[in-house]
This record gives sequence, structure tokens and C-alpha cells, in this order.
Amino acid sequence: MTSLLTYTFKNLPSTSQWALRFSMRPLSCSSQLRAAADVQTKSKQTLAKPNIRNIVVVDGVRTPFLLSGTSYKDLMPHDLARAALSGLLHRTSVPKDVVDYIIFGTVIQEVKTSNVAREAALGAGFSDKTPAHTVTMACISSNQAMTTAVSLIASGQCDVVVAGGVELMSDVPIRHSRKMRKMMLDLSKAKTLGQRLSLISKFRLNFLSPELPAVAEFSTNETMGHSADRLAAAFAISRLEQDEYALRSHSLAKKAQDEGLLSDVVPFKVPGKDTVTQDNGIRPSSLEQMAKLKPAFIKPYGTVTAANSSFLTDGASAVLILAEEKALAMGYKPKAYLRDFMYVSQDPKDQLLLGPTYATPKVLEKAGLTMNDIDAFEFHEAFSGQILANLKAMDSDWFAQNYMGRKAKVGSPPLEKFNIWGGSLSLGHPFGATGCRLVMAAANRLQKEGGQYGLVAACAAGGQGHAMIVEAYPK
Amino acid sequence: MVASRAVGSLSRFTPSRMLRCPGYICRNFTKSSALLNRTHINYGVKGDVAVIRINSPNSKVNTLGQELHSEFIEVMNEVWSSNQIRSAVLISSKPGCFIAGADLNMLTACTTPQEVIQISQEAQKMFEKVEKSTKPIVAAINGSCLGGGLELAISCQYRIATKDKKTVLGSPEVLLGILPGAGGTQRLPKMVGVPAAFDMMLTGRGIRADRAKKMGLVDQLVEPLGPGIKPPEERTIEYLEEVAITFAKGLADKKISPKRDKGLVEKLTSYALSIPFVRQQIYKKVEEKVRKQTKGLYPAPLKIIDVVKTGIEQGSDAGYLSESQKFGELAMTKESKALMGLYRGQTLCKKNKFGAPQKEVKQLAILGAGLMGAGIAQVSVDKGLQTTLKDATLAALGRGQQQVFKGLNDKVKKKALTSFERDAFFSNLTGQLDYQGFEKADMVIEAVFEDLSLKHKVLKEVEAVIPDHCVFASNTSALPINEIAAVSKRPEKVIGMHYFSPVDKMQLLEIITTPKTSKDTTASAVEVGLKQGKVIIVVKDGPGFYTTRCLAPMMSEVIRILQEGVGPKKLDSLTTSFGFPVGAATLVDEVGVDVAKHVAENLGKVFGERFAGGSLEVLKQMISKGFLGRKSGKGFYIYREGVKNKNLNSDIDSILAGLKMPSQPDVSSDEDIQYRLVTRFVNEAVLCLQEGVLATPTEGDIGAVFGLGFPPCLGGPFRFVDLYGAQKIVDRLRKYEAAYGKQFTPCQLLMDHASSPNKKFYQ
Repeated sequence: MTSLLTYTFKNLPSTSQWALRFSMRPLSCSSQLRAAADVQTKSKQTLAKPNIRNIVVVDGVRTPFLLSGTSYKDLMPHDLARAALSGLLHRTSVPKDVVDYIIFGTVIQEVKTSNVAREAALGAGFSDKTPAHTVTMACISSNQAMTTAVSLIASGQCDVVVAGGVELMSDVPIRHSRKMRKMMLDLSKAKTLGQRLSLISKFRLNFLSPELPAVAEFSTNETMGHSADRLAAAFAISRLEQDEYALRSHSLAKKAQDEGLLSDVVPFKVPGKDTVTQDNGIRPSSLEQMAKLKPAFIKPYGTVTAANSSFLTDGASAVLILAEEKALAMGYKPKAYLRDFMYVSQDPKDQLLLGPTYATPKVLEKAGLTMNDIDAFEFHEAFSGQILANLKAMDSDWFAQNYMGRKAKVGSPPLEKFNIWGGSLSLGHPFGATGCRLVMAAANRLQKEGGQYGLVAACAAGGQGHAMIVEAYPK
Repeated sequence: MVASRAVGSLSRFTPSRMLRCPGYICRNFTKSSALLNRTHINYGVKGDVAVIRINSPNSKVNTLGQELHSEFIEVMNEVWSSNQIRSAVLISSKPGCFIAGADLNMLTACTTPQEVIQISQEAQKMFEKVEKSTKPIVAAINGSCLGGGLELAISCQYRIATKDKKTVLGSPEVLLGILPGAGGTQRLPKMVGVPAAFDMMLTGRGIRADRAKKMGLVDQLVEPLGPGIKPPEERTIEYLEEVAITFAKGLADKKISPKRDKGLVEKLTSYALSIPFVRQQIYKKVEEKVRKQTKGLYPAPLKIIDVVKTGIEQGSDAGYLSESQKFGELAMTKESKALMGLYRGQTLCKKNKFGAPQKEVKQLAILGAGLMGAGIAQVSVDKGLQTTLKDATLAALGRGQQQVFKGLNDKVKKKALTSFERDAFFSNLTGQLDYQGFEKADMVIEAVFEDLSLKHKVLKEVEAVIPDHCVFASNTSALPINEIAAVSKRPEKVIGMHYFSPVDKMQLLEIITTPKTSKDTTASAVEVGLKQGKVIIVVKDGPGFYTTRCLAPMMSEVIRILQEGVGPKKLDSLTTSFGFPVGAATLVDEVGVDVAKHVAENLGKVFGERFAGGSLEVLKQMISKGFLGRKSGKGFYIYREGVKNKNLNSDIDSILAGLKMPSQPDVSSDEDIQYRLVTRFVNEAVLCLQEGVLATPTEGDIGAVFGLGFPPCLGGPFRFVDLYGAQKIVDRLRKYEAAYGKQFTPCQLLMDHASSPNKKFYQ
């Protein structure tokens, strides 16, 4: 995740007509398949459980996701978070004082606003009597924010919770070196001139070298892109397959954007700049152009490039989560239920990005569903190679038996139901905010296209993963 | 100290490390000709690239022997003559091993230098053809690439290695008393520069892949893969092959250049080396250093310098000729026989001949957080053993925990560990003052003070809390295990595990069994020792077991020699010039004067006159003045923190003067002094074999060299008797016996060997 710091998407060539046409093909044939799938009966009519509160998402919004270093570059994270909160207030018209609690996820923390949820909520005009806290779990931080909300409501602690996430990669904390910090701290404690002078005399020029945020997994020292490249190699996924998948993601995102399907995006008037209305990282290219890029991590023969990785992104998202009876009492028409969820973790070295593979069968089992029951898959796309590796792993009996302790594979999701409005590769991936986008994409897709169950899954640094079932709210 | 380093680094190239990987099943080939006729090498063609796979049958490593050699020639000729093939990849199908070196049996089977020279020249010829191949050959290296394996790899046009911990490149020939005999001495300096080549060939050190890349020894690195569509090792080899094929194609298409860009420092070095005067200075410097370190006891390093010099100054032809000649000469030396014997012995002592224990030891408890206890903990936690360290006081425990941490942290500083791994390993250690959790222990190793009643006390305390299957091991250097076990309720579970200090540096572990010790207990102890990375000898119980018992008479002689007026410095230089890594007087300081006295007293009581010699009074007086050796800052020498050069402790002179013994001129020449020490050692060792304390001569040699610093160039006491001649040793003993009496009476087994020259400890 942080490894992406080094790479941006800027140098990617712009749209090519040919590419668009190429990507349409799988789409056109997919509608028939989907129709066929709808005929199948579900394992379960609903995931409602007796004596447990139903929890619903009324709606969710996000700021446009922008390449970092573009229009949001002068903002602070709480500005973006505030924009998402204001957007949510506007979209749902929820009375501010009804909100019991606010939770945000974020990864790279701005030290001035370490509880960014509270700062953003105050600025957005929420009641100062509404408590707020911030959670962090790498790329699944806002998933954690949402599931924390679910737990608060399910246990009867709250009725109305706002969950969200924010990331501003345009600015990251670059610190003084530890030696310099130590000297500065000692200096502030020094009482006499003599003490100060003796401290200053210990100063060395190398104290000034700055400390950049770690670009690697702490436990293994390996950057995520590097790990993704190894993962792709372990699953024998070629450069071409990865480029093709990235192209698919961009083409589908472009189509969704053009057709106005990305309804969770709310315009954001950036102070001093024009109003931003849409994501700016969607750039369908051509396979030829993509093939020209050099590998970004394992040089000179690796397969992960800037074009088949998600790019550094600024953005924020927020969703309004309520107990069903409360939502109905307030006159809302919810979009979806949030159902069973699951967190998993595994070896952060060799299985860093396989979270979805581990989480998917478990959450399905917990909910009593099968792959066939799922109408909308929304998986977080960190890298093309990572997505394709997960698809292969889920489709491998050998992997399931030897590494997951399962009798058989869970099966890989049909692509015609998979991230068909684009994904993190094309829409962008503000680490802390992606989870809410995935849930809203699943909910909106179920609303738009029909279908009952959506499955959201994501991997995260530290070798962790998450999956959640989203059930469409009956019309 | 090439000698001691030689011993230390022997461990690096033992095959056992490569043996751990599970069997790798050979894949199907797209095409292979004459597939069925060859057993070591096969090849298939992918596109226009020949993939040559080495996989010696019935072995976990590939070694360069006659069969492999001739099959390789066959295959290469096919590759060169085929129109379809434009390049080749050379790869091993065995995980963890490219080629581990030449087949030692092939060398030891030779009886004349000429045979060895011929082997060398054949290999030289073959590798020269590889080097001059017009079709580029890529060596794809995963695992150990040592000796002849490295020589083959550097003959290829391009090298790709996996960045795996098991991938080690090196020229360990010097550690076997020989030299790289297949062109290595000529190619290596050209490839990595003269200084780096000397370093590799003279120390035999193994080089990890990432360092090899920096040195220019390999051209590309491939990261090992995790689980995917296949088991990680299998897929990693496949991936390495895929990457190597793309590079082979690139080389054949001239899209990739085999030449690598040199850095500024490298360019400057190579410029400096183009000046003859600079080269001469380097040869001189290296030679001086080698002479100082080997004391002329090891012929191989000097010959290596000589051969490299010949190649550079007189051209390749002269270089290759000199290489093969010197290789032949060296292979016939006693030193190389001794070192190869040690290598073999070490391999044997890294196996558990007692089989797998019924219950694997996962939970280890150590009593006593002193130097030994903490040392044992240190070598256990980084192997994944859950270790409990118990001591009586918080201060002692804290010191022990700090020692473990420091040991791990030093590895971080040397970049052998990451700080994260250090922390994870350190979490395997629990420090405590009570017996909490001992009910889950699979093995308890006590390392409390050497006092029988104290050992009895802890044994009883521990037996009250541990589960039935738990092994009780005692780390003692001299107390008989059966005496310790006398108070045990379950003597079949009691065993001795004698570690050597410093535990993290000394490779030897002496395991002591009593008649009551069960086989499963022994298997368990050996398994733990192997896990801790030790070379293990298993001996029978008795006073001083094997190692301490051999050392004691020699130490007694040391004191007598000092009393006879030979100064500690002179004595040290006599012993080190004989090949001991540490001088005899220094050794007493290192062991500790109090420990030496304790052992001498105890064993003296048991063995009586045979262990007499010097007067115990010397040690007693030293102790009373607080001269305990290094640990107290003063012994025969004065030790100060951070000061390397140690000075003699002049207060010792008065003690020695007060207890002076008359020296006997006919047995006091420098050589006699050396042999008085060594023959007493050897005689006692042979007696241990005669009495059945030792099971095999191999274990005796390994114990003496790795535990006590017996000169590695002599190969251990038993190898020494074989190579030097039993009769000569008996003659020496008789001569000293005449002067000093029973202490030098040769034992029966030694006399048997002297009387029938065909009798050898090693057939």
C-alpha cells in the first residue's frame, strides 16, 4: 500500500478507442449469463437472524477519488473527510443530532489530526455531543469503521452511526531523523546555556536527513509491489494477463462513469479551485502502450508495472448505517443490509495479498451461502496480479487443501459479476476510504441490476483480509 | 587464524543444510534425446533454448563426479551440434543445491598425484569449452553452488541466482586442504578482482546471493516465491528456469550484454592492479598474512596464492598447468587427508543415528541463566524452540536475558537477521524465577554451578513439577551423570549434554549416556542438539566423559612445563605453532583457573597417577590471589576491556618460582614440549576408545577438534595416529615415560596399533 508512494499513474498514455472496443466484448455477452444466474434459486431467502437487529445502509457517498498531487494537494485529510460528511448529510438529510457516533478509517495519519473523525465531524457541523473515533487497519480501515458501526448497533449501544474513511496521499508525514528529534527534545529540556551548547555541539550533519514514511511491510521489509510481483509469479500470471485485467478495470470504470452509474460520488468545491465532480484516474489505454512500461518493482524482468497497479489516491467516503427499525421510523428507504463479515490474516511475506481468498469461503460458510448465491462481487484491486492470483487461488483445490485447511476450493467468481463498474485499479484507492466505496458499489449494483447478495472482499498490508455480505434491501 | 576459521566455516558447506528440503520430483520435458541413458543430466528444448537439468540419482545433492562429468560432455556436444539450439540454461532439479562441489570420494580414491592432475585437467578442458561456447550458457543457481559447482557457473556466460538463504556461492576447497582445481583460480580473479578472489579462495567463505550480485559474481537475482499453483520450492525452480530462459534468449539475440557495468571503485581497483608493482605488493601482503595465520601448517593457502600469481603474471596456460599440478600435490598431503576426514566426520556427527524421538521437543526449560544457560537459550530461541530460562535471582536472570538479546542483536548488526526477526526470536524466551509452566516442558537442561548437591537439589525440585515424558539433561563438564541421576525417580530420562563455551560459537555438543539412559532419551537430546546447530558426539558416562578427560592430562602437563621454567608466552607460541588455535596458557585463562583446578582435583582423585604432572598448588595459589583467568581480569595474562594486546601477569612469576621443578634437558626441547602435551592428549583419547567411552574414532576426532581445539591440520587424535604412525607416538611416549613415569605409559590399543602397522583407526 504505502509502497505505491513511489509510483503514480501520471505517465500513463490516454484513452484509445481500440481499447474501449476491446473491453466492451466481455460486457455484452455477460448480460445473458447474468440473466441465467438470476433464475437459480438462492440457498437462503434472507440472512436475517432471529433476535438480532437488522442493520441497514441508508446511503453512502464519496468525494471524487483523485490522483494524489492533483486538485486536493493543498488540503488536509480532515478537509476531505469533512467533504464526505457534508455530502452524506446533504444526500440523506439526516438530522445532525440524531447521529450517535462517528467512525473513520485512515492509514497514513496526519499527526495534527490523529483522530481525524472527530476533527472532520466538528468541522462538518455535527453536534459536538457526538463522539467520534478513528480506526486503522491498512487498506481495510473503512471496512473496520463500518463493522465497528455494525457491532455498536447490533449490541444495542447505538442506533445511528456514520462510518467512513479518508486518505490524503498528496501529503505524508516526513519526519526529522530520530537523532535530530532526540536532540531537539533534549534541547527543550536543557536549562542552562552550557547544557544547550553541549547538546548543540553533538549535532552532526546527518541528523538532518529526513525520515520518509516506511515504504515497506514492517515485518519483512518488502514493498507491497514487490510482494505482488512475487505473488503473480507464484501463480504463473503473465504480464499480458495483468495488463489485460487492468485494461478491463479502466474500461469498465469509464463506461460506468459515462453512464452515470457512479452515483456515490458527490461534487466537491475545493477552496481556491474548481468544483471536482468526478474521479480523474480512469484512463483506459491500450495493451501496446501498457506493454511499453518497465517493471516497477522487480527489475528488469518483473511483471508488475505502474499501469497494472492501483495508483496513489486522495479521497474520502462515508456511509450512514442504522438499525433497520430506526431507519424505517425515520422514514428512510434503505439500500442494503450489512450481513455477516469476516476478518482473516495470514503470512505477511508470501501471502500478503491473499486476504480475499481466505475470507471469501469463510464468510460464505458463516452466512450459509455459496458462490452461486452472489450477484455482485466487489473486490478491492490493489494490483492486477493480486486480483488474478486470488482468483486462481480460489479456484485451486490444491491451494485450498494445502494452505487453507479446506477440503475443496470455493471457486472463482464469474467475471461478469465481478467489479463491473471498475475497481481500485481505475477508480483509485485512497487506502482508508476504499472499503465504503466497495460496499456502496455492491449496494448500488444490487439496486440497479437486481439480485440479492453482494460480496465485498479486500486484502490489506500485514497479510490481513476482510469480506462482508451485503444484502439488497427489498424494493 | 585460518585454522580456527577453517574449522568454523567447515559448517557452512556441510551438505546437511542442503539436505533439509523435501524431495523434488523431476518434471516432464518437452523433448529430450537419449533421455533414458543418462542418470545425472537431462535436457529439454524450449523454443531455441536447451534447458539442461542436473539431478544426480539417490542423492540429495549434486556432486561433480566422473559419471556426471561424462554425461555433461555428451549433452553439451549435442547442444553445440544442434542447429535448433541457440542458447542453453544450466539448472539443478534439486531444491537447495545447484552443485555442492566435486565428489570427494573421487579424489580420495586416487593414490598418486598424476591421477588427481588428470581429473583436474579434464575438468579444466571441459570448462574452457563452456567458457568459449558461442551459444550463450546461463547458469541458473538455486541453493549451494560450491567448489566445482562455482567453477562451472563462472565458466558460463551468465549467472542468475535465487535470493534464498540456501543459495550460497563459495570456494571452500582451502578448508579441505586443496585448491579450486577446475579453472577457479584463473577465472575467479578476472571475475571479481584479485582481492575478492583471494578472500573467497583463502577463507573458503560462502557468499550469499545478494552479496554475490554486488561483487559481480552473479548477474541477476530471482526472488524465491511463496505458495501459488505449486509448492514454493518447486515453483521457485520453475520460475528461475523461466527467467533464465528469457535471459538466454536475450543473450543469443544480443539484446542483453553479458558484460556488466563496473562501479567507480571497481574501475579504480582494476586500474591499480594493472600496475605490476601494485600486484607484487598485494601478493606479498596476502602471503605474509597467510604465513602468519597458518604458521606454515597448512600448505593449501600458499599454493593458491602461487597459482593465482602464475596465471596473472605468466598467462592462462601457465596458470592452468600450475593449478592442476598444485591440485595434484595438495590432494596427496596429510593435511588434506586430515581436513577431508574432519569434513566427513562432521557430516556424520550431524545425523541422528538414534532415530526420531517419540515426542518432539517443543518446550525447553533451562535452569541457570549464567554464561552457559543463556548461551544454550540463545541457540535455541532462534531455532523456534519455546524456551524458559529460570534462575534464582532477578539480577542473574536479567544478565542472562541480556546475553541472549545481545547475541541476537549482534546478528542484526551483521545483517544476518532483521530487527523484526530478532524480536520474534526473543519472544520465544520466557524468563522466570519459579517453576511455573514446567508441567509443559519436554526437556529441562540444567546449567547450575558444578556442585553435586546443588544438582541433586534442582533435579528433585524439577522432577516434582515436570511431566513424565520430560527429559532431564545436565550440562556439566566433569560430574558423572550417573551420580547426578542417583537421586532421580526416573534415571532413564536423565542424560548429560555438555556444551562448550561460548555456546553460540563452539559447534560441539557432547552427549553423555549412562547405562540407564533410554535410547529415546538419547534420540531426544541428539535431536535438540541438531536443531541447535551442533555437531554431536555421544559418549558413555565416566569421570570427565571424553573431552574433559582428554584435556585434563594435557593441562596437568601444561602446569608442569610452566613449573619447569617455560614462560606462558613461550608455551603459547609452542602450542599455537603446533596447530592449536589457542595457546595452552591462554586456554587455562579462558577455561578459568578455578574450573581447571576443580577438574584436575576431581579427575586426579579418580585416575590417580596417570593424571599427575604439574602441581595443583600452582592453581590453588593463583585462585587465592584472585587470578581466575579472563573472567577476573587476571590469570597468566592481564585482561583489560577493549585492549587487544595482553600483557603477562608478573605476579605469576613468584608463584611459579616458589613451586619450581627441575627441568629435564633431554625431554625439554621445543619439540619435546609440544609432543609431551600432544601425546598425553592422544594417549588418553585412545584409551577412551579402548574403554568404550567413545563409540567410534570419528567421534573422538570431532570432539577433540571442535570442542578442544586439537589442531585441525592433524585431523584429530585418531587421524593423527594413523597419519603420523602409531609406532612413532609409542616411541615418544616411552621416551617421556622414562623421564616422568606412568603418566606417559601408552595404552594397550595404541600399542596394538604400533605393533601391527596395518591396523588403522580409519581404513
